[in-house]
Amino acid sequence: MDRAIKNFKKYRYLLFELTKKNIKLKYRRSYLGILWTLLEPILTTIVLTLVFIGIRKKNDATFPVYILTGRLLYSFFSQSTKQAMKSIRSNSGMIKKVYVPKYIYPLSNILSSYIISMISMIVLFGAMIIFKVYPTVYIFNAIIPLFLILVLSLGMGLILATLAVFFRDMEYLWDVALMMIMYTSAIFYDASSVGAQWIFYFNPIYHIIINFRNCIYGHSLDPQALFISAAYSFASLLIGILLFYKKQDKFILNI
Amino acid sequence: MSKEILKVENVGMRFNLMEKKVDNFKEYVIKFIKNELRYQEFWALKDVSFTVNKGDRLGILGLNGAGKSTLLKIIAGVLKASEGNLTVKGKIVPLLELGAGFDRQYTGVENIYLYGAVLGYPKELIKEKFNEIVEFSELGDFIHVPVKNYSSGMKARLGFSIATVMEPEILILDEVLSVGDAKFRKKSEKRILEMFDKGITVLFVSHSIEQVRRICNRAIILDKGTLVADGPVEEICKLYEEKFIGAEKASSKPKKKKKKKKKPATEENATNTEAKTDTAAEDKDKIVTKNETEEEK
Repeated sequence: MDRAIKNFKKYRYLLFELTKKNIKLKYRRSYLGILWTLLEPILTTIVLTLVFIGIRKKNDATFPVYILTGRLLYSFFSQSTKQAMKSIRSNSGMIKKVYVPKYIYPLSNILSSYIISMISMIVLFGAMIIFKVYPTVYIFNAIIPLFLILVLSLGMGLILATLAVFFRDMEYLWDVALMMIMYTSAIFYDASSVGAQWIFYFNPIYHIIINFRNCIYGHSLDPQALFISAAYSFASLLIGILLFYKKQDKFILNI
Repeated sequence: MSKEILKVENVGMRFNLMEKKVDNFKEYVIKFIKNELRYQEFWALKDVSFTVNKGDRLGILGLNGAGKSTLLKIIAGVLKASEGNLTVKGKIVPLLELGAGFDRQYTGVENIYLYGAVLGYPKELIKEKFNEIVEFSELGDFIHVPVKNYSSGMKARLGFSIATVMEPEILILDEVLSVGDAKFRKKSEKRILEMFDKGITVLFVSHSIEQVRRICNRAIILDKGTLVADGPVEEICKLYEEKFIGAEKASSKPKKKKKKKKKPATEENATNTEAKTDTAAEDKDKIVTKNETEEEK
């Protein structure tokens, strides 16, 4: 443990450099550059609002805010886990030649996605002002779901990165799983309108989104959702760390 | 000078060669159920032990597939040995395939920081040495161009500059001195010789025996994963030339070479006794004279 901390200190500059690289290269050579972090959620929210506003029965003037809160968290989770999953394979050239603590690769991908998502939150604040969802004291609680989703993504990222080294199929399987997670996250519908409520218990993202929405809309945190999401997050992180550490010496033989 | 900096004890590396590579889930499950997950063991290294003292310049000789690169990867920490112990005291910088760690979309400047970070250096040190790196690489204004537009020689120059400017304690050179044009090759060799004066330890792999003679003061021979000889560079190189390169010739022309083949057998015994550091100085003189005679030719 002591050695791990020492090693992390030594390589924290590398973590910083790799995170910076991921952010820098994401928008390099695009004309609008970093503006896309704002434009992308705006455009998808407009599309989703136009598509689903007719389907919803009750008339809700704050529907775009409702979509954005779910959409921002889900897209962070899907992007960061996808990138983390591929990180070992895509850095195989480096891993084969120089010793670097391997978790740095998935970790830097998660962090860069997180920073980009945090920039995207500007859109949410804009939408809150436009649609008159004014922040209350409860908005400070938002740190909790935002922290939990980071923990969850890190855990899932480590698990997926390990599995993807040994089985390439994971990349396709995870795409399907992500689709299922998206449709069961109540991003653009009311969870109460679904008959089979049990399905939500399998989806930690849903519970994180619920609490994030509570914070934005000025309600207190839902204790049950908080408990479920925290349990999923820390369990996945624990499994992720154990699995990754157990298998990391074998990575090089499989990439 | 005789401070131990690297100690390799009974290191072995086992690879499991699957008859057919299984890298998707379906095949794995099917084979697991059928109990067909069979591995074939292959020892790339077996029971290799040696120590390297500070300031040693160790040449590693061996035919293709002898386990040289596997050994270097284990020392660099990239591979984990299946058995045995490895003790390293000091900072290792591997120079394996120069420029392989670069990001293609990044410019030269950005890559200097990235590659420096990969090698485990703090930002301040890289900043401090930045101008020196750019100067040595002779890239000029190209340093602001993305690396994907570099020629392979330019990449190699930049990689070499970054890796050597930081003055590591142990430098691993794997066939890297044969890149770049003649001018840069000379310059890089000079750089490495300069580092020798500062007492750097070098592990050097090359198929060019001349280079090994010029750079190293000690050498080992690996054959099919085992260490067969360890001693001063001159003796080992001679042995290698006769036993391995000569042996290949001998097998194609068995009659003529048979007499010569017997000779190294007695020599091997002599070199197997470990090299002593006090003979190293003599060897250095030998190398110099050898070089001169070669250049005269």
